[in-house]
Amino acid sequence: MSTRDTDWDGVRLHVVTGKGGTGKTTVAGALALALASGGKRVLLMEVEGRQGIAQLFDVPPLPYEERKVAVAPATRGRPGGDVFALVADPESALVEYLEMFYNLRHAGTALTKLGVMDFATTIAPGLRDVLLTGKAAEAVRRKGSGKSRGRVYDAVVMDAPPTGRIAQFLNVSSEISGVARVGPIRSHADTVQKVIRSPDTAVHFVTVLEEMPVQETLDGIAELTGLAGEAIQIGGIMINMTRPLALPPEQVQAAARGELDTGELALGLKTAGLDDSLGLAGELAQELSQDARGALDQQVQHERLEVAGAPCYELPWISDGMDLAGLYQLAAALRDQGAA
Amino acid sequence: MNPPVPAAPASTPALDVDRLIDDRRTRIIVCCGSGGVGKTTTAAAIGLRAAERGRHVVVLTVDPARRLAQSMGLSSLDNTPRPVAGAAGENGGSLHAMMLDMKRTFDEIVEQHADPDRAAQILANPFYQSLSSSFAGTQEYMAMEKLGQLRRAQEWDLIVVDTPPSRSALDFLDAPQRLSRFLDGKLLRLLTAPAKVGGRAYLRVLNAGFGMVTGVLTKILGAQVLRDVQTFVTALDTMFGGFRERADYTYQLLRAPGTSFLVVAAPEPDALREASYFVERLAQERMPLGGLLLNRVQRAPAARLSAARSQAAAETLQAAGTHPLAVTALRLHAERMLQVSAQQRMAEHFTAAHPLVPVAEIPAQDQDVHDLEGLRAIGQAFG
Repeated sequence: MSTRDTDWDGVRLHVVTGKGGTGKTTVAGALALALASGGKRVLLMEVEGRQGIAQLFDVPPLPYEERKVAVAPATRGRPGGDVFALVADPESALVEYLEMFYNLRHAGTALTKLGVMDFATTIAPGLRDVLLTGKAAEAVRRKGSGKSRGRVYDAVVMDAPPTGRIAQFLNVSSEISGVARVGPIRSHADTVQKVIRSPDTAVHFVTVLEEMPVQETLDGIAELTGLAGEAIQIGGIMINMTRPLALPPEQVQAAARGELDTGELALGLKTAGLDDSLGLAGELAQELSQDARGALDQQVQHERLEVAGAPCYELPWISDGMDLAGLYQLAAALRDQGAA
Repeated sequence: MNPPVPAAPASTPALDVDRLIDDRRTRIIVCCGSGGVGKTTTAAAIGLRAAERGRHVVVLTVDPARRLAQSMGLSSLDNTPRPVAGAAGENGGSLHAMMLDMKRTFDEIVEQHADPDRAAQILANPFYQSLSSSFAGTQEYMAMEKLGQLRRAQEWDLIVVDTPPSRSALDFLDAPQRLSRFLDGKLLRLLTAPAKVGGRAYLRVLNAGFGMVTGVLTKILGAQVLRDVQTFVTALDTMFGGFRERADYTYQLLRAPGTSFLVVAAPEPDALREASYFVERLAQERMPLGGLLLNRVQRAPAARLSAARSQAAAETLQAAGTHPLAVTALRLHAERMLQVSAQQRMAEHFTAAHPLVPVAEIPAQDQDVHDLEGLRAIGQAFG
């Protein structure tokens, strides 16, 4: 059976960033679910140690271990896929790295105990980043053993650091080269960099239609685009918590100016049998105006985003609070719009 | 303007921000809370209101939105308090605002504490550059350092501080200690030891593990990196005392009478959870909590009409196929009322856990704040 076309076919590492409060983790989770549907295996990776994924999927706190956290819904005649989650921390990633490349597991544990990791990642934060991005790159490239020799994961979704830090986070090679011009960590960084700066990777920006998150999105895109060297692919702009317009579009401008027909409104309220229809009409008109002004403000922000030239996806506001059902709803929205 | 909305339960004390800023003994207000709750805007609004009520105020912002910065006349990040035009009231107050430049603040400390040669050596070291521009705690540490400097300057009688936009509200309390602990750390001492005592003498005093550690570090990082690290820590060695002293001074400043913490939160589960942690942590550290500012609270002018009645009326009209404007208004109102009550429930969870913490609400604004007028409106909301 052929896969339907999506905007990011071929992308295997989805890096999701966004300003705090925009729902970055939620969107990363929804994207993982969306990518998994149709019998895929997707790894959702968290790198900031907040246990946001566990909260999102309503499971107990996750260890440094890949665990299945959700099943994507089956679609027309195709099985549902699996979403695995991993909370990556630099210490464990280092221990694993030492074991994998140098067969030095005990040394790694001892280093961590002595506080060497804390020390090393403090004086060279790039080291921390390269261990985390390195883990993602490893998961992307990992192949199964025995009968299943294919890729272990069809896609990896990374709940990455916020927009303000994303360029630095992904630009590991140059961050590391500032402190290590040669040596093993340098060549490891270069390998990771190749994965990040390949068509296999895309960076998605989560935002809401408010000034500052939009500004940070535009700044983040500009910063990533401006990095020297092989380009980092800009993915989509995921506009979170969008609401449908209450009023018909042609009435929004007038409503924003406070020019609503309160007489007609009062008549309607009276017909519906409400008391003090005139007073109530004034108050409801005020609510409509506020809503219209907000909508116009959002329109302006939307237009600013369009200039960035990246495809925009809209995720609806989940009015009764974010839960698993809401997450599936967001995943469906992403699929419907071709993001996955 | 708006009819009163049944707010938090009556037992919860109200946070009186005006009383706080009118009290001349209040010298420092720290606005904290998790990212994205409107901390910076709130800090600016408090600063403006205090200035217009006669205080000499400086607002220390960390990462303001462009339009907010413009609204206060801040066009560049230059680490110096600038007067805000149009903010001086008839009451003889004044308002200054500044944006923190963390690298520059760090550089200045180095220049102050080391002789010129050594300072130049430190400033040029790649590890210093990485530490001063990207260590996750540097911004927090430097914000607190700047606060100490402003306090010592004695030019203002009220300092309003906006804390860095970290994920967790607690970061800025921990970061300075983490940085000073790091600079003071045992491992750092170990690494400087060979340079100080010379030759291989350190091998005698150190446990056998250390040789293994340097061995492994050399393997991962390469010998050159390790040499750079040693140069760096040796150069910084002379400054340890200074760092520790400064971190302690700021910490004491935060505990001193005259300091007040305002926890800013939005009525959302994550933000309120952070606010809860923060309130508990402040109590633990015996730091003075002013109260909770609940920002972006949804209000409904027609609050007397319940969601259920509004929805029912909308359905009646819809069925009759008349008055589409009223149908839209009633549906929108029903939705808004649901949101209002959801927010109220969240706020009640907080007050149930912290019944003694005073709370004030700031209604959601229709539009982003982009001028002094907008800041004033927010100030009126909590004043």
